[in-house]
Amino acid sequence: MALKGNLRDFSITQLLNLINLAHKTGLLRIRGPKSEAAAYFRQGKLAYAALSDQPNDLASLLYREKKLTAGQYRAIRAHHQRLSDTALGLLLVNAGYFTQGEILAVVQSAYVDVIKRLFTWVDGHFEFHSNAPFPKGRIPTRVSLENLIIEGSRQMREWELLQNEIPDLDMALKFADRPDVNLKHLNLSVEEWRVVSYINPKNTIRQIARATKMNDLEIRRIVYGLLQAGLVELVRPANKSMPKPIHTALEGKTKEDQRSLVNRLIARIRGL
Amino acid sequence: MQTVKIVVTGPFSAGKTAFIQTVSEIDVVETERKITNESEKIKETTTVAMDFGRITIDEDLVLYLFGTPGQRRFDFMWEILSEGMLGFIVLVDSTRPETFREARRILETFRAYAPTPYVVAANKQDLPEAWEPEDMRIALRLSPRVKLLPCVATDKESVKKVLLELLYSILEEINHD
Ligand SMILES: Nc1nc2c(ncn2[C@@H]2O[C@H](COP(=O)(O)OP(=O)(O)OP(=O)(O)O)[C@@H](O)[C@H]2O)c(=O)[nH]1
Ligand SMILES: [Mg+2]
Repeated sequence: MALKGNLRDFSITQLLNLINLAHKTGLLRIRGPKSEAAAYFRQGKLAYAALSDQPNDLASLLYREKKLTAGQYRAIRAHHQRLSDTALGLLLVNAGYFTQGEILAVVQSAYVDVIKRLFTWVDGHFEFHSNAPFPKGRIPTRVSLENLIIEGSRQMREWELLQNEIPDLDMALKFADRPDVNLKHLNLSVEEWRVVSYINPKNTIRQIARATKMNDLEIRRIVYGLLQAGLVELVRPANKSMPKPIHTALEGKTKEDQRSLVNRLIARIRGL
Repeated sequence: MQTVKIVVTGPFSAGKTAFIQTVSEIDVVETERKITNESEKIKETTTVAMDFGRITIDEDLVLYLFGTPGQRRFDFMWEILSEGMLGFIVLVDSTRPETFREARRILETFRAYAPTPYVVAANKQDLPEAWEPEDMRIALRLSPRVKLLPCVATDKESVKKVLLELLYSILEEINHD
């Protein structure tokens, strides 16, 4: 089944959040206004990413990172034109030019840069192809998405969107039950850490903003990032009563009567 | 004669009227009107007041299904509609991710007013463009505890299943507290 839409309605950070939480494997394709992007994920981790408007073979990446001289780059292009990234990487490691770690670091930072560029895209059709094969000959990485998501959220400037995402500052936050996320591995800013330190179902977002001296936009942006990274969930504040509790149909009845009423409904609907 | 009600809510064009029509023994009370707002003109009519369906349970019990209007300017009605309800159903069009944000907003508003059980139905699962319910769970930020059911609002068995799951949740809640 489909996982497609437009970035206008479902942003890159939301997509990464989905891929991360669902531990998805597959290829994400995005058709932006000027170029196209492809990113591969394995079990919810970034394994590959490239943009159609820039060279993304290993030799070009190494050259761009100034790990190769212009002469070396030309030589590789001339003699090893047809080698895949994995084969070229192996050759360079075996010949003693680079360690495997150095190659991986360059590749990883290039993939991450692609994702960072995607954060500036506000329009573009996306499609996720579950279980598509990994792009042939490319060097796979395993980059956790949480840090990328938080970084992408920091760049959010659309007030209206943030307001829609977090309409009610009187909600509270609690840490999500996710054993695979370790706060220690996140690159949080000082402001973000301050917000995190106040997270407690008793504190509303508004109270946290006041305590950390943040305005509505700042607090919304940070909370949005933490939400998208799957770190926290919105909850009703523990000590807050319902705004105006409505009366339910079952009020004032004995448990026996309540059960009997619902069972009658069930029996009838089953028989429809 | 006792009456109880279940509220069916969700974003514009999620399938609320279709859902109620599928199981109601009366024609859904006509509150549809031609759409004038161009931006929302993806179909001809929309619900402007509320939908209203009925299922007679037995001689002295009637279940009413109330559908909320999907357009945002009818927000003021939610509070009135939810008064005295047994529970509610949030329908979401699985083929239109552009409505998920609105669905989340509706969920949060309704939860604020209503301490009653609810289920979420991922509607239009018969269409090839439909998102998987489990992807929608994440997009809608539903916790694993919330029931999210695949649904085809024009299919009677499917609508029955959603209603039954809500009733099971209500029963569980009674047995719980
Ligand atoms: N294929 C398919 N179409 C559906 C389904 N449910 C509803 N539709 C169609 O989707 C359109 C919108 O359905 P409605 O029932 O009018 O939606 P609504 O939520 O009442 O809309 P508003 O009252 O305007 O907010 C109609 O053309 C329905 O026939 C479904 O499960 N599958
Ligand atoms: Mg309707």
